[in-house]
Amino acid sequence: MHIIAALVEDRPGVMFKVTSLIRRRGFNIDTITVGSTEKEGLSRITMTMRGDESVVEQLVKQLSKIPDVVKISELKPSESVYRELAMIKVSAPDPAKRSDILNYITIFRGRVIDASKDSLTIEMVGNPKKINAFLDLMKGFGVVELARTGIVALSRGSRSTSEG
Amino acid sequence: MKLSGAKAIVEALKREKVEVIFGIPGGSTIPFYDALYESDLRHVLARHEQCAAHMADGYARVKGVPGVCTATSGPGATNLVTGIAVAYMDSSPIIAITGQVPRSMIGKDAFQEADIVGITTPITKYAFQVTSASQIPDAIRTAFLLASTNRRGPVLVDVPKDVQLEEVDPDYPERIMIKGYVIRSGDPHPYSIKKALGLIMSSERPLIIAGGGVIASNCSEELVKFAELILAPVATTLMGKGAIPENHPLSLGMVGMHGRGEANKAVEEADLIIAVGMRFGDRTTGKLDEFARNSKIIHIDIDPAEIGKNIRVDVPIVADAKKALSILHSKLLEVGSKRTESEWIKRINSLKESFASNYTERGDGLKPSRLMKILRDCIPAKSIITTGVGQNQMWAALHFRVLEPRTFITSGGLGAMGFGLPAAIGAKVASPDRPVFNIDGDGSFLMTEQDLATAVSEALPVISIILKNRALGMVRQWQCLFCNKRYAHTDLGNVPDFVKLAEAYGAEGIRIESYESFESAVKKSLKAEMPVVMEIQISPDEKVLPMVPPGKGLKEVIWYG
Ligand SMILES: Cc1ncc(C[n+]2csc(CCOP(=O)(O)OP(=O)(O)O)c2C)c(N)n1
Ligand SMILES: [Mg+2]
Repeated sequence: MHIIAALVEDRPGVMFKVTSLIRRRGFNIDTITVGSTEKEGLSRITMTMRGDESVVEQLVKQLSKIPDVVKISELKPSESVYRELAMIKVSAPDPAKRSDILNYITIFRGRVIDASKDSLTIEMVGNPKKINAFLDLMKGFGVVELARTGIVALSRGSRSTSEG
Repeated sequence: MKLSGAKAIVEALKREKVEVIFGIPGGSTIPFYDALYESDLRHVLARHEQCAAHMADGYARVKGVPGVCTATSGPGATNLVTGIAVAYMDSSPIIAITGQVPRSMIGKDAFQEADIVGITTPITKYAFQVTSASQIPDAIRTAFLLASTNRRGPVLVDVPKDVQLEEVDPDYPERIMIKGYVIRSGDPHPYSIKKALGLIMSSERPLIIAGGGVIASNCSEELVKFAELILAPVATTLMGKGAIPENHPLSLGMVGMHGRGEANKAVEEADLIIAVGMRFGDRTTGKLDEFARNSKIIHIDIDPAEIGKNIRVDVPIVADAKKALSILHSKLLEVGSKRTESEWIKRINSLKESFASNYTERGDGLKPSRLMKILRDCIPAKSIITTGVGQNQMWAALHFRVLEPRTFITSGGLGAMGFGLPAAIGAKVASPDRPVFNIDGDGSFLMTEQDLATAVSEALPVISIILKNRALGMVRQWQCLFCNKRYAHTDLGNVPDFVKLAEAYGAEGIRIESYESFESAVKKSLKAEMPVVMEIQISPDEKVLPMVPPGKGLKEVIWYG
């Protein structure tokens, strides 16, 4: 997995410029998220993709040509921290199964954020691999609905991506 | 001082030293045109917005500064699209200013609303909308800066009608900072220069491929000096024609799908390819896996994204071609590396000789290659050539020897039929003292023929040479060679009569039936005061040869059709 973080101008249409380029040049990304940053006027787009190093390099070079993209870099997974949030609604009408689910949630350090007579809604934050593993377990119980945010990431250590 | 947004745009354009705008007005640009009415900015009224964009492009390529075109919202703006795409593919600096429906109506599917920023984002260096009149000074500065720096390209500025009407006290910036855009110094990295020097000095058979970047960076002189120093023959891409005078002993002509035999062969035999301002496009390389398999590659380009995009290279030099070539030249001189003779040059010369007979004309009828040679011999070196797309374009590229940079103007990357005439008009506006010839096809010419009216109204004596093969010739050629002569819908018939067509517009129409009459018509046309259209009947079976079939390596050349 490759993680690409871009600091972009916080203006209308910028997300379109970025996604238009990704589509046009046939890049295939897995996740993309956007949100605010520590700097006024800048947003952060985090993307992940699989594939060759050379493809990632092309994507980074092409994106950096967009004048709204102020800074862009690849974050090596080994040198960064990254997290994803998933919200999972699981079918749980049967009390025995419900307690199994609750056990798994504890093991995976998730949280129940909503419950009804026959369902549980779980919040799970972490490495996408962990989320995938948890999801595999939940499939046995019946996943009613799933929403994932895609990955956000920061480099390890004290430096900020927006500097230098 | 308070003025309207429209006037602020005109003032901003004048500050950018714009001399002329090509365009057609409409509902959403009436305020802008009203401001033009009282300004001394020249406006050339095109008859189709596509042509306005091509004119701006032709102007830009001749002058080396951005050309400006304008269109109204909706259909006016969408008509610009082909012209913008041509400029994008050929890295030509044009600025398109479009009207847009008033801000309050955007997104409501208002009359003549089109999302032109969305439509043109993939085919511009940048496209954006101005959302208040106070942004106008920065917006126009931004547009010019982006279009004309680093790798050049088109920029679109969309201005809602009410923004044009809004009162503003404009504050024109001298300089502007765009956070995400760094103007490159163009200086090469010393390490890559060092590595390149190593390769050059150890190479026995160096070859230069010059692309449009050499023209854009105005470094033909540096290129030729460098080539002479290391005794490297110079092939060019289509866009690179004019990078070296094609009568120079080191010139090989165009390389690629329709490249000259000697150029393609030389690429195969070289042990080092120095690619300057070119992007390894498929029409240049043929099958990539087989391209230059025996050679190392040095790639000089101003755009870092071009490095490694299509081909893996040994030494990338991200730099302005002019700076890179001068530094390489002076470093080589420093170490006293100068070649005076080489086996390689002898080999190149023998290649040229051995291929010469392949170009001799066979059969009856007027031959495009001969016509191109006659044209070259009859017109001054500084004359400007534009072309249509198809066989006409490739015959011009193969057989018309370009002697100066910025005198061969063609739609290389997009290959848009209809480019020739409007580009010629733009070129003539840019350089009224130089003869401008549009070498065109009967199909291509018809796509933008209506702008003969512009040339006549503006008294711009551009000369169109229409090679009338009564066919969409290039497609027909492929059908002949690769579809078993199944000529599906490529027959144009002998329609129209271009002589009468020219006359209907008030231009001069001339029917050419012999080489002699062509020669005298060309000579006479040099003094023309109104546009000239020459119709030259040629056989629909004439082919552009040699040709490398699509998807094949450069050595798999076809010489006979
Ligand atoms: C706008 C556009 N439409 C279609 C094509 C496809 N095409 C490429 S060459 C060609 C034939 C051009 O005919 P003509 O202008 O008569 O030139 P010739 O090849 O006959 O010299 C066509 C249709 C194109 N390049 N551009
Ligand atoms: Mg034709």
